[in-house]
This record gives sequence, C-alpha cells and structure tokens, in this order.
Amino acid sequence: MRLSGRFGRYGGCYVPEILVPALEQLEAAFLDAQVDPAFVTELDGLLANYAGRPTPLTRCRNLPSNIYLKREDLLHGGAHKTNQVLGQGLLAQRMGKRRLIAETGAGQHGVATAMVGALLGFETVVYMGAEDVERQKLNVFRMELMGARVVPVESGGRTLKDAINEALRDWSASFETTHYLLGTAAGPHPFPTMVREFQRVIGREARSQIIEQLGRLPDAVVACVGGGSNAIGLFADFLDDAVRLIGVEAAGKGLDGEEHGATLLRGTAGTLHGAETYVLQDADGQIADTWSVSAGLDYPAVGPQHAHLKDSGRAFYVGATDAEALAAFKALAEGEGILCAFESAHALAHALKLAEAEPESAILVGLSGRGDKDVAHAQGLLA
Amino acid sequence: MTRYSAMFERLAARREGAFGAFLMLGDPDLETSAGLLHAVVAAGADMVEVGIPFSDPVADGPVVQAAARRALDAGVRVDDCFALIAGFRARHPDVPLGILTYANLVVARTGFMRNAAEAGADSLLIADVPALEAERFGLEMAQAGIEPVLIAAANTPDATLERIAKLSKAYTYCVSRAGITGTHSAGEFDARLIRRLKDAGAPPPVFGFGISESQHVRSAIEAGAAGVICGSAVINCVSNRGDVAAFIGKLKDSTRNESVTQ
Repeated sequence: MRLSGRFGRYGGCYVPEILVPALEQLEAAFLDAQVDPAFVTELDGLLANYAGRPTPLTRCRNLPSNIYLKREDLLHGGAHKTNQVLGQGLLAQRMGKRRLIAETGAGQHGVATAMVGALLGFETVVYMGAEDVERQKLNVFRMELMGARVVPVESGGRTLKDAINEALRDWSASFETTHYLLGTAAGPHPFPTMVREFQRVIGREARSQIIEQLGRLPDAVVACVGGGSNAIGLFADFLDDAVRLIGVEAAGKGLDGEEHGATLLRGTAGTLHGAETYVLQDADGQIADTWSVSAGLDYPAVGPQHAHLKDSGRAFYVGATDAEALAAFKALAEGEGILCAFESAHALAHALKLAEAEPESAILVGLSGRGDKDVAHAQGLLA
Repeated sequence: MTRYSAMFERLAARREGAFGAFLMLGDPDLETSAGLLHAVVAAGADMVEVGIPFSDPVADGPVVQAAARRALDAGVRVDDCFALIAGFRARHPDVPLGILTYANLVVARTGFMRNAAEAGADSLLIADVPALEAERFGLEMAQAGIEPVLIAAANTPDATLERIAKLSKAYTYCVSRAGITGTHSAGEFDARLIRRLKDAGAPPPVFGFGISESQHVRSAIEAGAAGVICGSAVINCVSNRGDVAAFIGKLKDSTRNESVTQ
C-alpha cells in the first residue's frame, strides 16, 4: 500500500489475505486516476452532465433563515450516493473489471450501483438482506429495471451488515474480474479515503456557495452519519476552517435503550468489515443489532475517519431520535416544500435545535437525499 | 519443542502428512462440542483447529457460518470456548490445537490471547488480519505464549510471503484458489506456492480450503504440503449425522499416500 490508510488509531486493512492484492490494485488505480487529467475530466463531465452538479445551496425561508441546505436530494438518483458510484465505476473500467458487486440496505446504494452499471456497461450484482428485499420491493424493482441482479442474503440478521459480509465473500472469489463498489466511507483501506475524495465535491461546492451567498464561512456544518460518506464529503473541505463540524447519528427509539444506530455515541473501539473503528458490540465482541427509522443510518460500525474526528475533538457527534427526525421531515415539507430522506431529516432535526439556540449562527446542513423512498413509510407513521 | 513441531517431526519420520480437523466450538452445544473434539482425535486427526464463533464471519462459507450461528444461538460465549479448549487439553496433552477466529473478538476482550494460551491453545489465526496488519498481533501473541498463524494464497506476492515467514510460527495456512471456506469442489493445490513458501523460509505449509475427499488430501500432500485441514466437510458430516470416525479415518489414511515417500 502507498498510503497508511490510518486515521489516528482507526482504519487499516482488516481483510483476509486473499483480498489484499485486490485492495492494493484499487489503491494504485485510485491514486493514479487522481492525477490523470483524462480521468478527472471524464468524472467531472459525468457529474455535471449526467448527475446534475453543482447542486444548489438553498437558504430556508420559513424554517429559521439561518439554515442553509446543501441540496444533494436534487442529484440524479436522488442522493449523494451518485457522486461516488460514478467515481468508482470509472475506476472499475480503468482496472479492466467487467462486473460490479455492491451491498445495499434499503436499496439506495444498490440503485445507484445499478445506475452506474447500466451507464458504463457492467454486469451488476447487488447483495441485499432478505429482510430488506421484503421491505423494499420497489427499490428491488428499480435495480432490476436497470439491469442489476439482486441477491437476497439469508444469513445473520438478513440486513445491511449481512449483505456486506456476503459481498466480501463474493469478492474473495471474484476480484480478478469484479470490483466491489462499497457504498460508504467505511470498510478497509482504500475505501474510506477514496469514497471521501469522491464525496468531497459536496463540501467544496457548499463552501464556495455559502461564501458567495453570505460573504463568510458558516458557523456550523451539520450532516447525518450512518457509514458516514455524506458527512465526510461535506466536512472534508471545512476541516482546516474554524467551523464546528457536527455529525448526527440515529438515536432510534432513544440512546438509553438498545434500539438505535448511534455507533460513535454508544459504541466502543473494534474491528468490523475491514476497519478498526467504533462498533456496537457486546462484551465478547459479537456485533449488535441496530435500529433506526432510516435504513441508511442502521449500521453497527462507522467510517474510521469519523472515529478519529470524534476522538480528536475536531468533530462533535450527537443523536436525533426517530421521532425528532420525523418531526423535522414534516417541518421541511410544510415550511419549504421539500421532501427529504429520513436520513437527512436527522441532520435537519439537530440543525433546527441549533438554529433556535443560536439565531446569529449560520448553519449549513447536508440534505443528503430526497424523501420519495420514505413517503409510504411516512404515511404510515404520520397518519 | 512445541506441540506443532513435535507433530511435524514425528509425522515426517513416518513419511506422513498431518491431518487437521476443524470444528466450531460450541456447535451445536457445549457438551456435543466437547465430545466431537475428542472424537476427531480418536478417529485419527493429528491436529485440531477450532473456530471461536463470531457474528460476522466474512472469510467463511455457508457451512462454517451456519455452525457459528448454531453455537451463538445456543448462547455460547468466548469463555465457554476457552473452557472447551482446557477440557480438550487435559485429555490430549500432546495434540496441537489452533484457534481460528476474527479480529473483533480478539481485541474486544482484554486477555484473549493469554486466556487462550492458558487454556492450552497452541496457535491463533485471525482470519481478517493479513500480514500487512499482523505485526502488532504477533507481538502480543509472543508475550502471551501463543503462536501466530498467517494465511498465504496463490495470489500473495513474494514480499508478503517473506513477511509471513518472519511473523508466523506453527504452520502456514495455505489457500490455493480464491474464495471462502468450504466452497471449492475440486482439489487443486498449488505446488508453486509451496516452493515459494519454502524459499521464503515460512513455517510448514498446510492446505486449508477445499479439502473434502481422499483425492484432495493426496493431491495436497503430493504438491508438497506438510498437512491439510478439513473444515466444512467435517462439519457437514457431523450435522448430517454421518460416521465422523470413518470419514476422518479415511482422509487420514490418504495422508499416508505412497507418493509421500518419494
């Protein structure tokens, strides 16, 4: 490996030996592509003309007007996921791979991978927990419409973490022809670094947009954290600024119980899916089951850079409960005419509290995805 | 002399390969598991490799995953596994026993390695710790008195094999083809990997994935392996209520292939 892949004590490359050469190949392809003008031009072209970048920065009119929304919900595909699947898709082409595999929870990353598979001409296989396949039939159909094959995973709890296990198993046997298009800034090196770099565009745009609109940097930047890719993408260009960075985890039914996905707030150091990071686990080290109203935050580990940002004190992490997120979802719909994803509603829930406590502060919120996928669920919960 | 080196020396003198049986500790329950550990040795296994069940075993195929799930569902804890190992050690003072498990279990619990060594385990293979990350674990294992085992695969570059040689003891767990445990049908064993490991000065090569028939055992030994470990096929035999003694006896016989004498 050319980079250390470490963020303080976190990160690393904890995979079976057989996968190390595949990760070394990926790191080399990524680092070479970063400085290859042809790659950069092609990716920028796709981001602009296929995905619809730059995305707007919207200042709230009826919610507190010191809240600025970075509108990744308006990206093609409906979420920030598109930024990095395009990057990894082009890398897979560059490495001569013919097949993409991916894991998905509720289906958002699976849909994004199916999209890039169709666009760039890959055979695409998406692993999805059997439980999630049942709950998210529409997203399964979306993936199939774009030519992907969805494989229900019956092992373990039959949800996201089991889908990642299965994708890693597939990759152990298929890496010569297959790229594992991991969906977030977690997993073994080089994924956390690579996914951050492909998502960095969110913060880069937002930083210059808010300077243009407001004439200065924001006081706080707020994003939801599941695996942590949209948050790290938004934070990356603000790391050296005197700006508070706040990650919002899923507090689920409450942080005092066990039904949440608050890995950084309630987890302890461990090793899962290839990285040393915070993990929700029991005293033996068995991985815990998680809960959140939003599938995208329902994950028992977190990207290793967030673990380091927490320990170093550079970023703060807080929780928003299911109920708080749902209230923010509703407030945004009523106040601004925007339906956001339940994940993004967690960030907004905290921003609303902050905006009230600090009316003079400018608060930048990552609105990571649109809410179409959650509308039916919301109907059930709000009725 | 360690239990492993004594075993390899004794078998080499008899021109035999080592036969290792893999079992998941606590599968399907503690009592049955204790009986099986003894049964595989009585049936001819020269060494025993045991899994400590982990909730998210990414290097394991369906058979070993299911075994871990059964053990966890039965409420088996890491301490129970050490107790099983201690029971085995009291009954079989000379048979090498190695642990295969995952990093999160080793790190989550202070004293994992010391407890494993005290229970009588000889080696520890952490499936998701490649040579790249193994140094820190190796130092802790040396302090605790347990031997590190690392995996070498056909696609592992020479520089990594040299690192494996430096960092590991006991034996080298060899994988000849890509994949996870229990998913290889045909026995294909890479004599080139064995030669490269010997050149690097690595501990004795033992093939681990894809051993389910006598022919596989013979091919592995012919390719130059010091032994084989049979996992999924043993677990399958147990869970299908097959004749474990006969199955292991047959595979052990295949380590006495006449080609070994050449």
